[in-house]
Amino acid sequence: MWSWVLHRITGIAIYFFLLVHVLDTATLRISPEVYNGVLGAYKTPIMGIGEAGLVGAIVFHALNGLRIILVDATSWGTRHQKKMFYIVLVLWAILMAGFLPRHLINVFTGGAE
Amino acid sequence: MTRGKFERLGWIFMRVSGFFLIALIFTHLIVNVLQDGGVHAIDFAFVAGKLANPLWQWFDVTLLWLALIHGTNGMRVVIEDYVYRPLLKRILLGGLAVSTVVLIVLGTLVIFTLDPCPAGSPADLLPSFCSAG
Repeated sequence: MWSWVLHRITGIAIYFFLLVHVLDTATLRISPEVYNGVLGAYKTPIMGIGEAGLVGAIVFHALNGLRIILVDATSWGTRHQKKMFYIVLVLWAILMAGFLPRHLINVFTGGAE
Repeated sequence: MTRGKFERLGWIFMRVSGFFLIALIFTHLIVNVLQDGGVHAIDFAFVAGKLANPLWQWFDVTLLWLALIHGTNGMRVVIEDYVYRPLLKRILLGGLAVSTVVLIVLGTLVIFTLDPCPAGSPADLLPSFCSAG
């Protein structure tokens, strides 16, 4: 149940980011100045925290998506779906523990700029 | 195509595209967000430099199409699950279809027509190969 709710919520969130992301990338075609100005909006601490949330949503959606594929495609998937959900949560925590420090240091120290 | 056949195809597409999207998006994130400096290192010079390489053009266009179609089909299912009023449902599904077509066309054009060295732009904003030779 919770895996299903989380899959929907993260999917919807990722979709709306994708809309904005295609549009911000399209400003490349206007001029380097405009694109760099638009990208500047992503380089703030608040957006940095939003990016951490976005990556968290993507990683969950990816891992839980693999679990859904296994449940649908294997004969043993349904039997172990709950166990696999806990594995998804553990792998998510491990991947985020690797990503977050590096990302947050970049966000709050201004990166290499 | 019958309704059942369409839903079955959509079901298969979500799993196949989802599988490939994991590899594409994780690569996209590692190259762009986990590079030195992370998001701070992303600017016109970086992205245009990448898109000057046909390999990245085809990588990005595959990612664009798969992600948008996967996301659109997901949103379609969500709309059909929660919106019961026929008129509102038609408006939402129509808007979804239009925005997806616009973004796929726009994104594909940007990827394949971007000039990495636009005339008249300051050299320090452009990829380094623009001023070489």
